[in-house]
Amino acid sequence: MREAAPLLRAEGLVRRYAMRRGAFGRSVEVRAVAGVSLTVERGRTLGLVGESGCGKSTTGRLVLGMEAPDAGSVAFEGKPLPSPGSAAWRAQRARMQMVFQDPLGALDRRLPVGAQIAEPLEIHGIGGKAERAARVEALLGAVGLRADQAMRYPHELSGGQRQRAVLARALATEPALLVCDEPISALDVSIQAQVMNLLVDLQAQFGMGVLFVSHDLRAVRQVSHRVAVMYLGQIVEEGEPDAVLHDPAHPYSRALVSAIPHPGRAGQRMVLQGDPPNPADRPSGCAFHPRCPVASALCAREAPVLKPRPDGRLVACHVAQGEAAPGQGILAKAA
Amino acid sequence: MPAGVVTGAPLVAIRGLRVAFDGQPALRGIDLDVAPGEAVGLVGESGCGKSVTWLAALGLLPARAAIAGQVRLGETELLGAPATTLEKVRGGRVAMIFQDPASSLNPVHRIGRQITEALALHRGITGGAARSEARRLLDQVGIPDAGRRLDAYPHELSGGQNQRVMIAIALAGRPELLVADEPTTALDVTIQAQILALLQQLRRETGMALVLISHDLGVVAETCERVCVMYAGRIVEEAPTARLFAAPAHPYTRGLLGALPPMDGPRRRLSAIPGGVPEPWAMPPGCAFAPRCPHRIGPCDGAVPSDAMLATGHRAACIRATVAPLLAEAAE
Repeated sequence: MREAAPLLRAEGLVRRYAMRRGAFGRSVEVRAVAGVSLTVERGRTLGLVGESGCGKSTTGRLVLGMEAPDAGSVAFEGKPLPSPGSAAWRAQRARMQMVFQDPLGALDRRLPVGAQIAEPLEIHGIGGKAERAARVEALLGAVGLRADQAMRYPHELSGGQRQRAVLARALATEPALLVCDEPISALDVSIQAQVMNLLVDLQAQFGMGVLFVSHDLRAVRQVSHRVAVMYLGQIVEEGEPDAVLHDPAHPYSRALVSAIPHPGRAGQRMVLQGDPPNPADRPSGCAFHPRCPVASALCAREAPVLKPRPDGRLVACHVAQGEAAPGQGILAKAA
Repeated sequence: MPAGVVTGAPLVAIRGLRVAFDGQPALRGIDLDVAPGEAVGLVGESGCGKSVTWLAALGLLPARAAIAGQVRLGETELLGAPATTLEKVRGGRVAMIFQDPASSLNPVHRIGRQITEALALHRGITGGAARSEARRLLDQVGIPDAGRRLDAYPHELSGGQNQRVMIAIALAGRPELLVADEPTTALDVTIQAQILALLQQLRRETGMALVLISHDLGVVAETCERVCVMYAGRIVEEAPTARLFAAPAHPYTRGLLGALPPMDGPRRRLSAIPGGVPEPWAMPPGCAFAPRCPHRIGPCDGAVPSDAMLATGHRAACIRATVAPLLAEAAE
């Protein structure tokens, strides 16, 4: 029965922050994550894609229990996540690890990387001294670093090598789930390719489920088995990467796909008007309707629900679901 | 020599530009022409010298930088020019915008004042005339409700809008050349699309030339007619944009293209370029790319390769570039 449960299941996650505008401003409630449900299967990758402020990173922290949701629940291997900070949660954390964008910031500058890779083993009391040393060497090999590079300090390694060291450390405790938050954004193009290849190889070798948080649709397609598009704290579309990228159903996904710069295609893209709205000032109805080229009156009134279409794609859009005829868009009030 | 098909006098002609910091080379001989009104892309990874080229050309590098070579803007030699000449050029004939608009703008001044300051400096317009010209510029760069936004502070605008303000300030001096250094790197993709569309539109309206510096081949491909690929302080390949993508000749260019995840077709392993960029203090004696190159042969380590002309406007600094079709087949 337990095997049937997905590796990770998040249900209706909500995370609110209080934000104060100016020194004397009233505190405003910001919903960074406004009802997100997602599933990560064993050995598979879910790509979570969206622009800054859409809540994708917060979602990553919520599923690891690094932050407590204001509503909703997270189940890991079929059991609810222990409350953050408890001993049970800390023990659980060996099974779920996180990789951040900036490897230099994630590493301790005063420790050789080998010692940092061994640290999770010490914290979780795994193995004796000799076993740990052997494990560190095996991990370095798995991520494509030489054994002698264990003695290097972070500043002595290149950006790509540092991210390899971070991955080795994350994998030390043989986690079943890896949450990667923009793991390649800070790297150069040729190094990004190295790290993406490595991530795919490591998944084949260790079989962990991955939540891959990124703004880069190309990267998400390269490493993911499913992709979820987020806008303003909600998932607006979810499906197979190629289905979503080649035939996006939600108008926001369409804009996102069309914004990818592409050699040889100029001047025929759908350029969205305006900036992403402030999460503190959430539009009524569908959050995307003020920027949506096909919004109709229904879209301004009623928030669409994320639900499957006949072809199995999950879409939260009245127009894509056939509940409203495509409109001409509803102009936002002048800012 | 640049391979560009520049007919008539170039607007900017860079010859043999070299820059070193504390004896370590950052630029190792750049030759580049920019024709009036054209859009040229400079692509490369961090540290390749794409930004340093233009900082050196405009006299914006610190004093410890040792600079040699020539940078001519029309009839004016910019290298070693007196400060007064450079001050007239910067923001006047040549304007520059950077990656992070928030740190380029003064946070404690209203944006209207920052635009009128540039107008007074470069066009001698002041008072009400300056304010109405500033308003027109904000309109031109697509900021809604321009009249009211003149009194806004940078923190009241979004990143995309601040970049539009930076572009408005750049336009204030009616530049003949706009150098945009990673202008969309800090922005979201949908906002990036807006800014790139704006740069295209402004080029059509004003006839200014554009140099777009970017690490993103896609961004450059869409915006520029000609692309220069830089590696370790040199231009390793230059070609008209369509040709660069159809027939890349330098192994580094091909590596960059292969490292980009495709948008369709089966998932294949990315052809990542092994290793990393050489450090300035450990520059290989021959071709700087040789240690990472899949097609390296003995002579590659002998001397820095000179440019091979492959077609009109297409050059590559690779001794094997003339056998590029063979190499491309071998790579299949």
